[in-house]
Amino acid sequence: MAEKKVTLEIKRQASPEDPSQWERFELDWRPGMNVISAMMEIAANPVTADGRATTPVTYDSNCLEEICGSCAMRINGKARMACSSLVDNLEQPIKVEPLSKFPLVRDLQVDRSVLFENLKAVQAWVPIDGTYDLGAGPRILPQQQEVSYPLSNCISCTCCMEVCPQFNEGTGFVGAATIAQVKLFNDNPIGRVLKEERLRALAGDGGIQECGFAQNCVEVCPKQLPLTSAISDVSRDVLLQKVKDLFRS
Amino acid sequence: MAAPRIIVVGGGLAGLAAVIKIAEAGGTVDLFSIVPVKRSHSVCAQGGINAAKNLKGEGDTTYKHFDDTIYGGDFLANQSPVKAMCEAAPAIIDLLDRMGVTFNRTPEGLLDFRRFGGTLYNRTAFAGATTGQQLLYALDEQVRRFEAAGKVKKYEGWEFLSAVLDSKGVARGITALDLRSMELRSFAADAIILATGGIGAIFGKSTNSVVCTGSAQSAIFQQGAHYANGEFIQVHPTCIPGEDKLRLMSESARGEGGRVWVPRKSGDKRDAKQIPEADRWYFLEEWYPKYGNLVPRDVATRAIHKVVYEHGLGIDGQPMVYLDLTHIDRATLNRKLEGILEIYEKFVGVDPRDHPMKIFPGMHYTMGGLWVDFNQMTNIPGVFAAGECEYQYHGANRLGANSLLSCIYAGFISGPIALNYAKSLPAAEGDGGHAAEIKRQAEINGALLSNQGTENPFKLWRELGQTMTEHVTVIRYNKGLKEADEKIVELLERFKNVNLSDRSQWANTSFAFARQLKNMLELSRVVAQGALLRDESRGAHYKPDFPERNDEKFLKTTKASFTGQPEGPRLEYEEVDTAHIQPRRRSYEASN
Repeated sequence: MAEKKVTLEIKRQASPEDPSQWERFELDWRPGMNVISAMMEIAANPVTADGRATTPVTYDSNCLEEICGSCAMRINGKARMACSSLVDNLEQPIKVEPLSKFPLVRDLQVDRSVLFENLKAVQAWVPIDGTYDLGAGPRILPQQQEVSYPLSNCISCTCCMEVCPQFNEGTGFVGAATIAQVKLFNDNPIGRVLKEERLRALAGDGGIQECGFAQNCVEVCPKQLPLTSAISDVSRDVLLQKVKDLFRS
Repeated sequence: MAAPRIIVVGGGLAGLAAVIKIAEAGGTVDLFSIVPVKRSHSVCAQGGINAAKNLKGEGDTTYKHFDDTIYGGDFLANQSPVKAMCEAAPAIIDLLDRMGVTFNRTPEGLLDFRRFGGTLYNRTAFAGATTGQQLLYALDEQVRRFEAAGKVKKYEGWEFLSAVLDSKGVARGITALDLRSMELRSFAADAIILATGGIGAIFGKSTNSVVCTGSAQSAIFQQGAHYANGEFIQVHPTCIPGEDKLRLMSESARGEGGRVWVPRKSGDKRDAKQIPEADRWYFLEEWYPKYGNLVPRDVATRAIHKVVYEHGLGIDGQPMVYLDLTHIDRATLNRKLEGILEIYEKFVGVDPRDHPMKIFPGMHYTMGGLWVDFNQMTNIPGVFAAGECEYQYHGANRLGANSLLSCIYAGFISGPIALNYAKSLPAAEGDGGHAAEIKRQAEINGALLSNQGTENPFKLWRELGQTMTEHVTVIRYNKGLKEADEKIVELLERFKNVNLSDRSQWANTSFAFARQLKNMLELSRVVAQGALLRDESRGAHYKPDFPERNDEKFLKTTKASFTGQPEGPRLEYEEVDTAHIQPRRRSYEASN
């Protein structure tokens, strides 16, 4: 009896300058298999379905439990994490492609450093005085913690940016993930000391007004961040800040 | 004199903690990491971080934390550094709180604390069940702040290959590989801090992340650094077995009241929820009435092994037991444990709020690591180590929620010490050994790329993982340990025949992996041989043929050094600092 098989089609590209092509792989099915374990299998036996020798697939991965944010890719057309993409839940052949909105490095690996640059631009941190012992932090009621904690769960996977129609070179839009971090730090009792600067950073071109409320971000987020409500809240604050700045000038 | 240059390798909690302290003290840092630092393995820590803040009116003290840690580690840890760590813990929690970590709160707005294994106190601060993620992000944000201010330069996507040592054996920099362009380069530094994490990959599948290969530790070990207590490997009692890895199910599940049980009758076919209380065996609660489900990890792991393999009571005859949270209301579970419940739900497809989870022990942590002195320096001058990659804080078994603490604490102290060391370092003679080290590395790379063998590195790795998991985890026999060492020697031999299926010079993951694999193999021998020679049982190291702890012979740190000879590492033993607590028998049964 033939063993149960899993078929994957993976978009390969040796470097940014090389052309891309699809390769088809047929693997033995195993219970609990995910897209990552399929790629590990290919690495141990790098041969395509038609028997041609190839190279192991290059892709980013680390924790394999959907918390490090590394392995975002397009699987059957949808931006998602490869580790939590269980083969049994996917239609075959499973089509695996790199994210399309970021510079390609090789195969499924892309350069997502723009997100980290955006976090710098909005000063996504609490500007503490120093790391020496200055006593206890501020009291924070559980209700506030329950608002902040989901926002601090963002794993920087950039899925929200990949699916956003406004996230492209034309707009320079920062994307939902960065805006959610602005809300997180503006809500923090010490972090809010930089609130006005963060809002101004989101006020210009590529800022929050680029959002077209397509709401794709909130649907695709693997950690279910309340992205659209964060964008609404920060939008309102940016507007208020603009008005304030207008009267100040 | 030019401003001292410090290199930190590794961007997890320990590395970032070191970077922050150096930058704050006015130094500048080059930070190297295989992955963007925000994706480091610290992100996987779930349950919490220990500090005796005593906010629950229990009379907890830092001394009790110290005693629990030493006792939990079966007296193998040097006591003075552990004492200092426990004393520093409350202020570290306050600092993290000020950095904006979204810790869970009490109704009064104070930090909430929960219980963890190996203690009777609520001593663990937590942010849901994603505490490691929240702490890593807090430190990542502070480092980004220093980066924006020009104090820190990040080299993300670079892998450490070796230290550059001068003619006197003093560290003068590192060599590293750009994982995209495959460029080999050396970087000058007056001091190096290795914060390169765990070694899970030598066991094939573990709870560790992909980057936790121990390659950096092994490389520096092969350059002359001592490796200490390598045989002490923590197998976490509650993991979800998987095809690609073992996913951790945090100890906090038991800290919040989770109960471990099996059906009393072997082969009981009923669904877990149909099995009445009378037919369930809560074996941890029965065997350890005082600590119950919160015995330390080594104890819980051995108990699960016993129930499955000696009593034959694994669920459906499989090596699995139930971890049950279904008696706790959903709102509480979501508030305190959501992160881990989601992991179970996503990867197993069953809601653990409704159905008991099926779990089994899995390799999780190395208590052993690079030998360091009380100033976090290895025996190579100028090479420091902090975090899981060094051996200092956990003895023969680590208590849950002490790892985040030891990472941050060791990072915090190593940063300023390294900076001071660097300030007083005399200038190097000549080029400090850079050209010679680059040449050595280029030769290794060239040989690997041109090798025309037949062995696939990923397949060799699987064989290594199988032998290490079979012989060098929960139950150890000298016969099996010898077999494991022989198998590693065979794999080292076959590695000479390795054939990369990818020889390109752009983002070549097979090449980087093959380099790691060689180092994994060398390190595996340290673990296997350390276990072989330690004829006693202590903490996580358990030999049925030597079931008792033997303080007379083995209340000692194992120190391995690289020989380059076929027989493998040379092992010697060093006295343990027991300056504060007289070693006593460790037992978590009715009384202690």
